[in-house]
Amino acid sequence: MADPMKIRASAKDGITEVKVLMSHEMETGQRKDSSGNLVPAHFITELSAEHNGKQVLAAQFGTAVSKNPYLAFKFKGGAKGDKLAVSWVDNKGDKRTDEVQIN
Amino acid sequence: MNMQRREALKAGGGLGLFGLLAAAGLITPGQARAEWNKSAFDAKSIEDTLKALGATGAENSTDIQITAPDIAENGAVVPVGVVSALAGVEAIAILIEKNPNPLAASFMLPAGTEASVQTRVKMGQTSDVLAVVKVGGKFIMTKKEIKVTLGGCGG
Repeated sequence: MADPMKIRASAKDGITEVKVLMSHEMETGQRKDSSGNLVPAHFITELSAEHNGKQVLAAQFGTAVSKNPYLAFKFKGGAKGDKLAVSWVDNKGDKRTDEVQIN
Repeated sequence: MNMQRREALKAGGGLGLFGLLAAAGLITPGQARAEWNKSAFDAKSIEDTLKALGATGAENSTDIQITAPDIAENGAVVPVGVVSALAGVEAIAILIEKNPNPLAASFMLPAGTEASVQTRVKMGQTSDVLAVVKVGGKFIMTKKEIKVTLGGCGG
């Protein structure tokens, strides 16, 4: 089970800024381990962010996204106390959803 | 149900059909979750990636800014941001020309989400980084070269 994401969401002047730090290996499938075997790819493929149940961002990642991916984006609306949920799925079907309150 | 569709796509395999569906996924923001665009992420060249995204012939534009360092000392973590002042941006994709698979990430922005995303990517070597933006049904793009110093001494 993957570690929780760190999510910061802050509303200011009608715009909510969201910063997400995920905890994930993001293995490219091109790296070799010490015995020369390829390490199989293991990476987040899809991510979705929802504000009070309404989608505000959908993203698709390839293997070129760095280990422990960072993502920042902004959307209009959102008030203090609103719920913001971020969820991802990786290529092995592992998934994780975390939710924070906007402040 | 979604899984079945995924299997059907894999098995049925008409690449044209898959590309079409994937492209359709890219251009309908607000969907619960668009299908992962395998053909675009597996593409090995910028041209093939643009084709898989349905963005062939994207025109260069000065309305997009890539915020990234000119020189990245560590190719494993290169901060890249894409910002556009244009209204109605529907999708943003980040491509790294000299990576084995150029497409790093694509974002679908429902109405109300600002055209401003930032993330961190891996770069194998010094390369042009492209930002492809879909706005009003049209694709535009811009590029920026990022130098990756392997020695880490900042040369």
